[in-house]
Amino acid sequence: MKMEHVPGTRKGTVVLYALSTCGWCAKTKALLKEIGVDHSFVYVDLLPEDELEEALQEVERFNPHGSFPTLVIDNRKVIVGFREQEIREALR
Amino acid sequence: MIAPGITDAEIDARHRQLGRDAEEGGYHLNPDVAFTRNLVRGLLVNEQRYGYMACPCRIAAGKKEEDLDIICPCDYRDPDLNEHGACYCALYVSSDVIAGNLPVGSIPERRPPRVERKAARMSRSTGGSIKTAYPVWRCRVCGYLCAMENPPLVCPICKAKQDRFERFL
Ligand code: SF4
Repeated sequence: MKMEHVPGTRKGTVVLYALSTCGWCAKTKALLKEIGVDHSFVYVDLLPEDELEEALQEVERFNPHGSFPTLVIDNRKVIVGFREQEIREALR
Repeated sequence: MIAPGITDAEIDARHRQLGRDAEEGGYHLNPDVAFTRNLVRGLLVNEQRYGYMACPCRIAAGKKEEDLDIICPCDYRDPDLNEHGACYCALYVSSDVIAGNLPVGSIPERRPPRVERKAARMSRSTGGSIKTAYPVWRCRVCGYLCAMENPPLVCPICKAKQDRFERFL
């Protein structure tokens, strides 16, 4: 699955699973940019069918609801939804 | 790139129409115009992509039977308005939010996970366990009930289409 890389200050491996149509995803993406943290993101809704299923299973592993945005830091810390304070603190 | 072929004029027109329909039904769109326009764009993208206005903040299966519960307005809008003052996407907000007494934020997902939805589809009860002269149908969007051979083509209360009705009795 191809992710887009956004360069910035490294605070571990930061991955954002998002939808291109979703308002809270857009806010989360903008927040990561504002913080200036190095991260990767993928718009799951724009993936071809086989990759989409793979991505969904990946999201569900971190967040059983399979909802968006799902932010994963270092494969461990998972933040679901646009939780501004939580995201800022985790990436401090 | 994200919304090929969707113009500002189309977004404005749909925004106005949704706003009118909302107010007529006693609902309100989020007054944050930029945020709301972005969601309306998402609805139009999904309409183009899937043929129906799947929720912009959820991943659609692309098969209508599996996405019925998330065709906007989704089955979860009213319970979320009651509990959080906004729907999951925050396209619709409550009058408390409009009055400025309640902030809008990202809320937990009420839609069950995929595995649970699949199990529910397999065991969906067809209703009819109580004997009535007519079957009773329930609109999953607004809760309207009617006793008729078939549900109406369009919900007379919220204008949801016939396929949003479920057998209630
Ligand atoms: S969460 Fe809001 S925008 Fe999304 S489908 Fe439900 S009512 Fe529509």
